[in-house]
Amino acid sequence: MIEATHLTKVFSDRKRGDIRAVDGVDFRCQPGGIYGLLGANGAGKTTTLRLLATILQPTSGTARVCGFDIREQPEIVRAHVGFLSTATALYGRLTARETVEYFGRLNGLTGDKLRRRVEELFALLEIGAFADRRCDKLSTGMKQRVSIARTLVHDPPVMIFDEPTLGLDVMAARTIVGFIRDCRSHGKTVIFSSHVMSEVQKLCDHVGIIHQGKLLAQGTLAELRQRTGQADLEEIFVQTVEVAS
Amino acid sequence: MNPASIGVIYRKELTDTLRDRRTILSTIVLPILMFPVLTLGFGFVAAKSMQKVHREGSTIMLLGETNAPTLAETVRKAEGIRIIPPSDDYAMRIGDKKLHAALEFPSQFEADVNANRQQVVKIYNFAGETRSQVAVSLLRRILGGYRDQLVEARLMQNGLSKEVLRPFESKEENVAPPEKVGGNAIGGLFPYLIIFLCFMGALAPAIDLTVGEKERGTIETILASPVNRVDLVVGKFLMVFTASIVTAAVSLASFALTFSLPFLAAMEFSRKGQVPFDISVTGVAAVLFMMLPLTIMFAAVLMTISVWSKTSKEANSYVAPLMLLVLMPAMAALVPGFDLNARLALIPVLNVSLVSREVLTGNYPWLLILLVFGSSCAYAASALSLVVAAFKRESILFRT
Repeated sequence: MIEATHLTKVFSDRKRGDIRAVDGVDFRCQPGGIYGLLGANGAGKTTTLRLLATILQPTSGTARVCGFDIREQPEIVRAHVGFLSTATALYGRLTARETVEYFGRLNGLTGDKLRRRVEELFALLEIGAFADRRCDKLSTGMKQRVSIARTLVHDPPVMIFDEPTLGLDVMAARTIVGFIRDCRSHGKTVIFSSHVMSEVQKLCDHVGIIHQGKLLAQGTLAELRQRTGQADLEEIFVQTVEVAS
Repeated sequence: MNPASIGVIYRKELTDTLRDRRTILSTIVLPILMFPVLTLGFGFVAAKSMQKVHREGSTIMLLGETNAPTLAETVRKAEGIRIIPPSDDYAMRIGDKKLHAALEFPSQFEADVNANRQQVVKIYNFAGETRSQVAVSLLRRILGGYRDQLVEARLMQNGLSKEVLRPFESKEENVAPPEKVGGNAIGGLFPYLIIFLCFMGALAPAIDLTVGEKERGTIETILASPVNRVDLVVGKFLMVFTASIVTAAVSLASFALTFSLPFLAAMEFSRKGQVPFDISVTGVAAVLFMMLPLTIMFAAVLMTISVWSKTSKEANSYVAPLMLLVLMPAMAALVPGFDLNARLALIPVLNVSLVSREVLTGNYPWLLILLVFGSSCAYAASALSLVVAAFKRESILFRT
């Protein structure tokens, strides 16, 4: 469960002054559902998700993840979150196994429990064949699977994906999309950002359209269709953004 | 702070660093090779060129040879000298290093000398040029020998012994204990080298573990894990600190080994006379102990600069001037007469450099030592809190 209330992040830039990257955003994501954050580049998607993962601190407003406040208890929030983005790279000089074990340990797993969990994930994601190879020797697809294992090692109830398919080929992107669906069917709360309309249309139960830091519209696809009178998500998006500006 | 998660971070960074070829090269391989290569290499080149000088001898031109037939004959017979026929362009030839020196006898030299009228023989040379100076000292020796012969003959004629001219001799004798002699010989150089090596040892991992994570895109991965940012920076710091200590230890061992090889020790120190030479283990241990807070400061400062940088390249360009800033005060102990006092004891790097020289020569000014150690610890603590603060600032971690 994620509940964001008036979530705001202001960056001060010496040349451009204050930038309201995220501006009073309210939304709610339920367990067993996928919330898609749809927006152009620079709309505030990445910042919103980084705030939820407590990688950044909000300027004002807040959010609760599984009931924990992102300002007050950032470490507990992170223990409940799996965060995956194209920017979250792997340590190239560690092997796949060392990587997943490392993040398991950081999440407090030790001994047999850690080993069992790693084996379980490696079997599930078919990592076994390259488990002891260094990450910088792996193909993009293999790296993706190790990254997924890394995010899942502590079995988090909330999953945050920031443009997870950006720059991936079709097969690697399918792995990710399949994985996001699995998260939903396991009852996890999933939030994911994208600017690819088709991906959002295929996956999301709820959609939020974000533009210049503001959440312009949100609801189920059906609700958005009804409100705008448009059938296609791309048309819905363009109309919403145009009305706002 | 959670020791368990600091341990997890530290172990991972250790594995990661041990697999980084660049860091291994600068923390282990380079310091191992530095002393033997420098000493052996330098010794070898020096020995080779001395051999060459010896083999070829000095090329000398005699001017006005007929003015001093006896002396000229003595010079001609001397070993290691090649005489070439006189010509007017001797100055140019000396400048071109074709001729090493020219000896000019004034007219009436022999007649004047025999008549007890003082004369001047000129040695034309190239000031500061090694082979020309070798020729000059050779000629001085020959001329001196000839002069002594003349003096002795004259004294004998008058029924006097040569002791008349030297009523007494003087002789030097070392009374300082061997450790002090050794301490004095290395007292300036040793702290300088150790300070330099500790800095160098921290450099590569400090960059790799901070801005390296930004460059490789792993910083967001690690920040998204539940680890506390203080634990993260402490774990990383301990790794950088370890690298720095290992570099110092490895180079110290290499230094000790190189100089304990008997032939090298003989070559290096025979020039200082046959004085017993030793290095106090207590002094070295004390220096290393004094280095600890300084090493902590280096690691923390380097990490702060590196984590603030956008790229390794940027970090490197800030570190280069910083290195000068460290090396200059580290050289303080090489300046004779520049002594430690209460005010200097508060200046970082400089204080440790100066106090190390004192300790190595067997002086223990306890109050100053305490002051140096205390202020070094204070600087180390401030540098540490600086790097911890830097890791808490998202504007620094995400400065790209």
